[in-house]
Amino acid sequence: MVGQLVEGPAAVQPQRRARRNYTPYLLLLPGLAWLVVFFIVPMLSLASQSLQTGSVESGYTQTWHFQTYVDALSQFWPHFARSILFAGTATVFTLLLAYPLAYFMAQKAGRWKNIMLVLVIAPFFTSFLIRTLAWQTILTDNGPVVALARSVHFTNLLQSLQLSSNDSLMNTRFAVVCGLTYNFLPFMILPLYANLERLDHSLIEAAGDLYATPIQTFWKVTWPLSLPGVVGGTLLTFIPAAGDFINSRLLGNTQTVMIGQVIDSEFLQIQDYAVAAALSFVLMAVIVVIVALYVRRAGTEELV
Amino acid sequence: MTEKTSGDLKLKGVTKRYDTFTAVDQLDLVIPRGSFFALLGPSGCGKTTTLRMVAGLDQPTIGQIWIGDQDITDTRAYQRNVNTVFQSYALFPHLSILDNVTFGLRRRKTPDYKTKAMEALELVQLAHIAKKKPGQLSGGMQQRVALARAIVNRPDVLLLDEPLGALDLKLRRQMQIELKQIQSEVGLTFVHVTHDQEEAMTMADTIAVMNGGKLEQVADPATLYERPTSTFVANFLGQSNLLKATVKSRTATTAELDVHGVNLRLPVDRLKETTQELWLGVRPEKLRLVGAANGDDADAGQNRLTGVVVDASFTGLATNYLVRLPWGQEIMVVQQNDGSRSAASGAQVTLGWAPEHAFALNASQDAHAGAQDQADDSGAI
Repeated sequence: MVGQLVEGPAAVQPQRRARRNYTPYLLLLPGLAWLVVFFIVPMLSLASQSLQTGSVESGYTQTWHFQTYVDALSQFWPHFARSILFAGTATVFTLLLAYPLAYFMAQKAGRWKNIMLVLVIAPFFTSFLIRTLAWQTILTDNGPVVALARSVHFTNLLQSLQLSSNDSLMNTRFAVVCGLTYNFLPFMILPLYANLERLDHSLIEAAGDLYATPIQTFWKVTWPLSLPGVVGGTLLTFIPAAGDFINSRLLGNTQTVMIGQVIDSEFLQIQDYAVAAALSFVLMAVIVVIVALYVRRAGTEELV
Repeated sequence: MTEKTSGDLKLKGVTKRYDTFTAVDQLDLVIPRGSFFALLGPSGCGKTTTLRMVAGLDQPTIGQIWIGDQDITDTRAYQRNVNTVFQSYALFPHLSILDNVTFGLRRRKTPDYKTKAMEALELVQLAHIAKKKPGQLSGGMQQRVALARAIVNRPDVLLLDEPLGALDLKLRRQMQIELKQIQSEVGLTFVHVTHDQEEAMTMADTIAVMNGGKLEQVADPATLYERPTSTFVANFLGQSNLLKATVKSRTATTAELDVHGVNLRLPVDRLKETTQELWLGVRPEKLRLVGAANGDDADAGQNRLTGVVVDASFTGLATNYLVRLPWGQEIMVVQQNDGSRSAASGAQVTLGWAPEHAFALNASQDAHAGAQDQADDSGAI
């Protein structure tokens, strides 16, 4: 920087410039190295694995067997569809729950703001697994939640919506979506909060001053300005939810199996590494496509 | 809608209290339709709170706000035919300039909103950047967009909250003139909140000086300057030399005053105070350096004081003197650079002024009220 501003001797300048140019790359290095070792290399190995044939016992050979993909997809496409559907539904629910909460925390909570933030993060002090198991207890057939749901005919409603197949809440689609919504809620709240906290209150006042009713103000000013937070939150929720393999296993039934669960069992129980790797790759591709379409549709690049 | 509600803006006993602090205290004010009105005062005097209550962004604790014959006290901001130019401009960053300007028109489903918005942008000479986003504009341009966005709605009252505060001095001077021209062009009622006395005097027809949540004086700029009614106004608007005086006698036209043993005169119509003790105020530029003897370069009717020049600083347009009077008080003298008498530091001088160029204030007031506020505020928001 100094070299540019001060008209120093010609001999000094190139040296300084060279030094300045290396700094960003040096800063990049640790993260880059980490990604190469723990992301690029495993991904390439996974790609190679998906195109091998053989078995765990007899060993695998690289055969460029693309048929694995066709077989895997034709067998497991319902699980893909289900995963996308469950993750999408859970994302919508988290957004509906998180937006008002994040708005309140960011704009109205005042001195309670920090306490509320701690409460949002507090569940992370317990293991993901324990928290999901806790939902088994909450939704269990002889628990008070089910009793209440039955008495207000909520279970009947779920049945008519095909979200459950019997008169209980546990081991239903409903339970899986509940678990996903619960587990990923903080990932929606935090980006929304970070965004809404920066919202300039005078813009809200300006909208009111320009004859916008509170509802119009929300849709014309608050919502569009919070889109970067919405996009960030939905991505942080949708992507891990689509690959989740815990909620469906602990809260669902055989009809709610998600693709993460399939990959998990293909790897660890059935030990068909080729199919597992192929499924992992397809899942990644599907998510990348969906996210790319979504981000493009949301048009957030204009807002940044 | 505009036709029905337009009229004078009236504040009746408006008070705003926060817990223990009274921001605005029993404010009664009539702002005539079509006038350029300034609310002037130091920071914390309640002027912005007053403006926010007119805009509907704050609710008065007590009192009423009327526009014409309509009580708008209990209406919400979006229901009022009042628009604000915010100090921070508050342009919507996600909308184009044109969409910013059409925002109010579209909420009211005004036909031809695009044409009207373009007209407003032409008025502020920014029609060519209608498609840009606020972030791409300079501060001065954003300020004009904020103005266009407000005036395009033809509100009954346009509120300006320190609109020029964020601009540099040169741009501020230019915008002052432009704002004034635009106001006379569109003929709307402008209520301009500012702490800058020069800005208020340059632009407004009428200025209300506020201090501590109360009105000090409401008058046109010349009256405020020439005939302030309180020491606060005398010191906050420009500078004043205040001399402790005692009334010795009054005739039908002239009052004889005693200032530390010197006989001075003041026209009776300038003397509203009935008390014996008072502050005699003279503006620095009204004082002239004159010869010691009567009839030198001024008529015999002038008041005279002698003193010693403590400091003389030449500013080009004028020379500013600090003159110590026999009783130790130091007063400011501004002598125009028009070839008239000058004096060096340490010189014995005689100061003269026409009796009608002075004013009298109640002696119970603090002679320094307002002087500090002005100094403090000059660099602030």
